[in-house]
Amino acid sequence: MEFDPVLISRLQFAFVVSFHAIFPVFTIGLASFIAVLEGLSLKTGNPAWERLSRFWIQVFAVVFGMGVVSGIVMAFQFGTNWSNFSMVTSNFLGPILSYEVITAFFLEAAFLGVLLFGRDRVPQGIHFMSAVMVAVGTFISAFWILSANSWMQTPAGVEMNEGLYYVKSWSEAIFNASLQYRFLHMILASFLTGAFVVSGVSAWFLLRKKDTALHKKTLSMSLWLILFAAPAQVVVGDFHGLNTLEHQPTKVAAMEGNWERSKGVPLLLFAIPDQKNQTNHFEIGIPKLASLILTHDMDGEVPGLKDVPVDEQPPVAIVFWSFRIMVGIGVLMVLFAIAGLVLRRNSAFATSKPFLHGLRWMSLSPFIAVLAGWFVTEIGRSPWLVYGQMTQAQGVTPSLTGGMALFTLIGYVIVYGIIFTAGVYYLMRVLYTGAPSNEAVEREQLNRKAKRPMSAAEASWEIEEAK
Amino acid sequence: MMEPVFDLTIIWAMIIAFGVIMYVMMDGFVLGQGILFMFAPNDESRDVMMNSVAPVWDGNGTWLILGGAGLLAAFPRVYTILLPALYIGVFLMLAGFIFRGVAFEFRFKAKRSRYLWNWAFSIGSIVVAFAQGAVVGSYIQGFHVVDGVYAGGAFDWLTPFSVLTGLGIVAGYGLLGSTWLILKSQGELQAWAYKVSLVLLMAVLVVFGLIGVWTPFVDDFVYQRWFGGVTPLWLLPVITLGFAWWLFNAVRKQQDGKPFVATLGLFVMTYFGLLASKFPYVVPPTYTLWDAASAHESQLFLLLGLLFVIPFVLMYTAWTYWVFRGKVKKGEGYH
Ligand code: HDD
Ligand code: HEM
Ligand code: HEM
Repeated sequence: MEFDPVLISRLQFAFVVSFHAIFPVFTIGLASFIAVLEGLSLKTGNPAWERLSRFWIQVFAVVFGMGVVSGIVMAFQFGTNWSNFSMVTSNFLGPILSYEVITAFFLEAAFLGVLLFGRDRVPQGIHFMSAVMVAVGTFISAFWILSANSWMQTPAGVEMNEGLYYVKSWSEAIFNASLQYRFLHMILASFLTGAFVVSGVSAWFLLRKKDTALHKKTLSMSLWLILFAAPAQVVVGDFHGLNTLEHQPTKVAAMEGNWERSKGVPLLLFAIPDQKNQTNHFEIGIPKLASLILTHDMDGEVPGLKDVPVDEQPPVAIVFWSFRIMVGIGVLMVLFAIAGLVLRRNSAFATSKPFLHGLRWMSLSPFIAVLAGWFVTEIGRSPWLVYGQMTQAQGVTPSLTGGMALFTLIGYVIVYGIIFTAGVYYLMRVLYTGAPSNEAVEREQLNRKAKRPMSAAEASWEIEEAK
Repeated sequence: MMEPVFDLTIIWAMIIAFGVIMYVMMDGFVLGQGILFMFAPNDESRDVMMNSVAPVWDGNGTWLILGGAGLLAAFPRVYTILLPALYIGVFLMLAGFIFRGVAFEFRFKAKRSRYLWNWAFSIGSIVVAFAQGAVVGSYIQGFHVVDGVYAGGAFDWLTPFSVLTGLGIVAGYGLLGSTWLILKSQGELQAWAYKVSLVLLMAVLVVFGLIGVWTPFVDDFVYQRWFGGVTPLWLLPVITLGFAWWLFNAVRKQQDGKPFVATLGLFVMTYFGLLASKFPYVVPPTYTLWDAASAHESQLFLLLGLLFVIPFVLMYTAWTYWVFRGKVKKGEGYH
């Protein structure tokens, strides 16, 4: 049997990058949160902040480690599976990815060592600075990689010459049309991920009545962040969509499930897109709302999928549904933000059982939304690698056979399956064990003043051994 | 287009060469811990071995990512031919990386399942080292290229010669690892490291020697370079042997820091020998540096940033080594 190397490479890329993406989106948010905790600890000297920081650093270390190892894979995927694409775009993407390494990865890696292992070895102020540097590194990293991705969506500043792109304007290419929206949207997504995980975990501690005073602090902090970030995400998402309408109309048509270019288009809440017959089944929609949202006019014209030949249409159903999942979760987040505000009265947010249980479940939601969002973005641009200019089939490695691609795809699934299981298992242990005890932290603070190194109490792998 | 004032291509070749040797030296001693891991006297020693590199391994590995991204930026032909040619090998290397990387996080937290992470760390490191050595071997052999793209099969890279270079790198990284341990440990573990270093030095000399003798016959170009007349190149193997001698004596006299430095010297000299054998070819036997280079303006754009940023990178990297200086003591806390 012959396998299609393009299809398998796409599956492999989607799998590997989706796996990678869930870690950075968490670490970007968590790194800033830890920097804040370290800052509060430095400023107030209250051991509670250090306890919290120690606890979350344990979580951070595991997630960051998995982000790093899966990221290294990404850096080589471009060459192994998409070598034609890499060659054609190298004059732009090469420098951009290199800038990410020299400005972000080195910074993160160096200060991460001090953040994780250096508490006893450097003054507290330097330890705080290390936390800040790691957080800054994650933002810089996100900037460059999103610039690379945005350029593939909305290419600019380059000229094609004898089959290769040459950069004519670095500023136009880097700050291309979709970067600002994508960057803001992604940063907010990261903050929301961090905030919902922190609030969900804190809620779980409150429900278990473990260190309640401590975890109420972080619950309150994260709810304030959600109150700001969730509505902001909806607004930014709207602008992002309007920008996409301008540059990638076919993608928007797929998001809306709209086949014919027409006026006064309804907003579909439910439909089953049928690519073969180029139509939808079981449509349920709100009249004229899509036109209103996209053009700010009830009778505005919305592009249709049939504007382009069938072989230039993306797989509609995936894009359509992924978009609904993301937006649905976005709306749900806003509801939780409002509920959190309402429950501020007599601190009910920290006692209301239904609310706390809801938050627990919501801690998974940002990951789903983020993956759904990337599916919209990436599958929605199919079959293009560089939008409108280079297709996936043109970008694939010529010497790659289906068998080779299948071998590595299965390999990655197995490897990631193992480490993901181990990682989740260990994270659950950390969360279950909870923050180091007050006495332990105070004892260590004293020890540190006396310059005697001591080991920290930590969650262990096995359940029995946890006290 | 305007004629470039400087030959950026040569500058970039030096930068990439610098990045690669930085990686080899720095991740070499980390991978070396993994290679020696299962042979260590006891589990306490393994704690010390891992602790000695835990705060710096991530930064060390970043040089490899710089090598990859830098190649794409400055010599895209190399990046887009080597990676497809080494497809299976690269996958094995990455899988090895993943296991040894997560083992850092998980091993210390596991008790009953600790032996599993011991093996993950060890086998992961050995696979990475072997795959990198095999890359060197297949690089010396050259690649089958048609119209600017790789046209060979999935296993062209795997030959007796590349297996030998693979073993050579495993032994070499092991030596870097054991001499690093001499520097960072004391007592029983250090005594063990002294012993192992001697054994590994012998192994390295034998394997590198075999590779040195074999290489000129694998590739005619290399043969001509070394035997096509009297050349000052022959100084390199002489200096290499000098380092080996220094290393041998330093280990015998049980000197603390010198063995590691001598091993670094050994590696750098061998590396120079490799570079000199192939220059100016980067995708042997087809492309020279200049054929493989990216656009002048791309090389320049990145160079400006690099010259500005790399000094800072080197500074704060050095600072972290300073923070974690000194011997690693038994039972010293992980976090
Ligand atoms: C710098 C580039 C870049 C970045 C930052 C991302 N992607 Fe991507 N993505 C690609 C570059 C790319 C690509 C190389 O262009 C692919 C490979 C094949 C393709 O269709 O596009 C792709 C495909 C691709 C596919 C499959 C599409 C299809 O088969 O039609 C999915 C599901 C994702 N990506 C998901 C993601 C996720 C979850 C990301 C979050 C980190 C992500 N992408 C970031
Ligand atoms: C598809 C393109 C991508 C590639 C090639 C890539 C590459 C990498 C590499 C090589 C690392 C490891 C760095 C180290 O050793 O420290 C890494 C980590 C990281 N990446 Fe990605 N990445 C991609 C997508 C993304 C996206 C979309 C984001 C977020 C916006 C992102 C953010 C990060 C961050 C913050 C880290 C630090 C480690 C962590 O947080 O887990 N990356 N990436
Ligand atoms: C109602 C609210 C939201 C709207 C209107 C919205 C809108 C959009 C649009 C239009 C895109 C695709 C842009 C393109 O491909 O050009 C997108 C992508 C994305 N969304 Fe959302 N979104 C919303 C909520 C969320 C939430 C809550 C999250 C995560 C917490 C999220 C995470 C993402 C991510 C990670 C991407 C892919 C990266 C990008 O292109 O920015 N979105 N969003």
